[in-house]
Amino acid sequence: MDLSYGTQYDAFREQTRQFLRAHAEQAPEDMLADRQRTRAWQELLIKHGYVARSIPKQYGGYGAQLDLIESRIIAEEFAKAQLSPGFGGQGIAYLVPAMLELSTEEQIKRFVPPTLTTEIIWCEGYSEPNAGSDLASLKTSAVLDGDHWVVNGQKIWTSTAESADWMFCLVRTEPEAPKHQGISFLLFSMDTPGIRVQPLRTMTGEAHFNEVFFTDVRVPKDQIVGQRGQGWMVANRVLLHERDDLGDPNATLLRLNALIDLMQRETVDGRRLIDNPVYRDRLMRIQGEVMAMRFNDLRLLSARLNEKDASLAAMIVKLQGTELRHQLEGLAIDALGELGILYRDSPYLRDNASWQWNYMFYLGLIIGGGTAQIQKNIISERGLGMPREPKVAK
Amino acid sequence: MEFGLSAEQLLLQESIGRYLERAAPLERVRAFVDGDEPRAADIWAGLCDLGIPAMLVNEQHGGIGCTVLDAALAAETLGGHVAPVPFVATAAMVPWAIAHAGSDEQQAGWLPKLAEGEVVTGAALTEVVGAREDACVESDGKTLRGKALFVLDFEANGYLVADQQQRLYLVKADAAGLARRLLVTVDATRAVGELVFDSTPADMLPGSADPEICRRVIDLGRIMLAADTLGAAQSMITQAVEYSKQRVQFGRPIGSFQAVKHMCAEMAARLEPCRAMVWYAAHAFDAIVDESRLTACHTKAHVAEVGTFVARTATEVHGGIGFTDELGLHLWFKRIGANRQLLGNPDRAREEAARLQELP
Repeated sequence: MDLSYGTQYDAFREQTRQFLRAHAEQAPEDMLADRQRTRAWQELLIKHGYVARSIPKQYGGYGAQLDLIESRIIAEEFAKAQLSPGFGGQGIAYLVPAMLELSTEEQIKRFVPPTLTTEIIWCEGYSEPNAGSDLASLKTSAVLDGDHWVVNGQKIWTSTAESADWMFCLVRTEPEAPKHQGISFLLFSMDTPGIRVQPLRTMTGEAHFNEVFFTDVRVPKDQIVGQRGQGWMVANRVLLHERDDLGDPNATLLRLNALIDLMQRETVDGRRLIDNPVYRDRLMRIQGEVMAMRFNDLRLLSARLNEKDASLAAMIVKLQGTELRHQLEGLAIDALGELGILYRDSPYLRDNASWQWNYMFYLGLIIGGGTAQIQKNIISERGLGMPREPKVAK
Repeated sequence: MEFGLSAEQLLLQESIGRYLERAAPLERVRAFVDGDEPRAADIWAGLCDLGIPAMLVNEQHGGIGCTVLDAALAAETLGGHVAPVPFVATAAMVPWAIAHAGSDEQQAGWLPKLAEGEVVTGAALTEVVGAREDACVESDGKTLRGKALFVLDFEANGYLVADQQQRLYLVKADAAGLARRLLVTVDATRAVGELVFDSTPADMLPGSADPEICRRVIDLGRIMLAADTLGAAQSMITQAVEYSKQRVQFGRPIGSFQAVKHMCAEMAARLEPCRAMVWYAAHAFDAIVDESRLTACHTKAHVAEVGTFVARTATEVHGGIGFTDELGLHLWFKRIGANRQLLGNPDRAREEAARLQELP
């Protein structure tokens, strides 16, 4: 056991802090609202190696060796300074790593550099109204017509489609093939004629997602990642990176501390919430769980660094992390009682209604990115080696 | 940076595990539980050969000088096999207390014998956590009066006893004015009992004038109980998953039904972070002392909650046969149930966690 990052990283941490002090003013507040400012910030971060750190220089990255401790220090310091760690988005976080593994040199050079700078912001066209958990049954079709794919169909749950420049999209190109082998992975501009984006309002009152409709959308033939029919494999690479992201215990710790503050500040019948033994016990229960998930996260970091297997510990993060966060936000609402139902711009509003908002939002995340039930299938089949559900005879 | 088990630690767990598979299979555990041996002397002798009671004794006193994490890994393995042997007190709490608060003479007199396993020493500290039945031990510095309940590793040659001021004493099992009574618990794999003191001569650990020592000894016991539960719960999951693959109903293994798969997935999803939590709490006890009190409390509470969930769910996966005596699954269920209550149940431990943070 050695929980220190090592003194050789002290200088790196200090340098990161200095950078943040010197440039704090330049950080954008709302990344999608001010694209110019976002891009300038992004380019500054790439230049100093805080974004795209391990992506080769010729593809627009910083070109350093991948060092998980450095990445961790960057994340910690940006979080401490409460400054945007750069645009993550689905393009940078999920598509770029998959492209670097699977795309042609030409494709990488064309798409990766502008993606990193946020010149291209991407959205992900995966789910369809009738292809949710059973994603591979998707129906949006692409038919080759000369030098173009012609795309028809509909996607749903497409976040940022309203502001994205491009989409990476799963389409069925081989309708005769078994369902997993008939899918291809296409890239196209959201300006292509025939695309209609319709915001999908969720229970929070905001539109986190969209529906996207395609009518004879013509996509140049070479805008495909991998070969025809290999889209499912490409998509799985992308999802691998996506599930890593949900349920981050360090973000949960920040919310836990905010909840402890809230319970020390708020009163009912003139008595602080924290002085109520029932709420206090519920708080301690959550704190224990947050602690367990943080140590689990530490174990995962260490396993990656030292190339040890911790696959079961990784598989459970999305399921446990999103559930825990939902519970935590729910406890704050209970502790606030009637005040907990106030929303939007109501008088007596607490913490900008963030407890209600997150309580609902995290229910969305329990469902999204692979539902809790699908996660349990994965854990039981791949983690515990239990038999698959038999196929229904047709 | 490394937060994981070393090759040596994995080897240690493996060798204890292999030994227990041979020396303490289910039939042997059953024979102990159903019989009236005070101690499973054969199993204990083998564990002494492996150096288990010597782990937390330093080399100078004939021990091995292991870390608390090493000891927790041993506890986890013992829990996994529901091994009917003493450990929490005699191999962890007592040697640590003597090493950190004992005089040179006490250390030289007790530690080598503890390390060899020829002396087993129980721990009577329950009243510091919460006194039931008005149990209480008073001291005049030389002798003890009163009563201590739920003494751990009860079938012993001596005891570590806490008085009302949380000072610690060593008492020999054959000391004048000491009456002992075994308590019958659901968990028959380990002995818990009552001590009654009537001007019983006792030897105070001088360092325990600082009550922090007593609190640390309790933390150590809690970490070991949590590790025991971790091992027992992991074994229950493994047994449930195996059973679900064998048992066929409606023409297919019940493990292919989502209802059953999801039960198993939930058990694994909740237990897996407990592993890292036990590692951290054990490591913090040695190396990050300012976090240690809080992590020990939370680990005791959280692992007990998850263990309880696993114990009932794994039993349910087995269906009716899980409820019978036939499989012996109940031995794990009861061990987890006992670990949950001993040295402070989850509610107590969380209350303490709140107090440690001054909430309120």
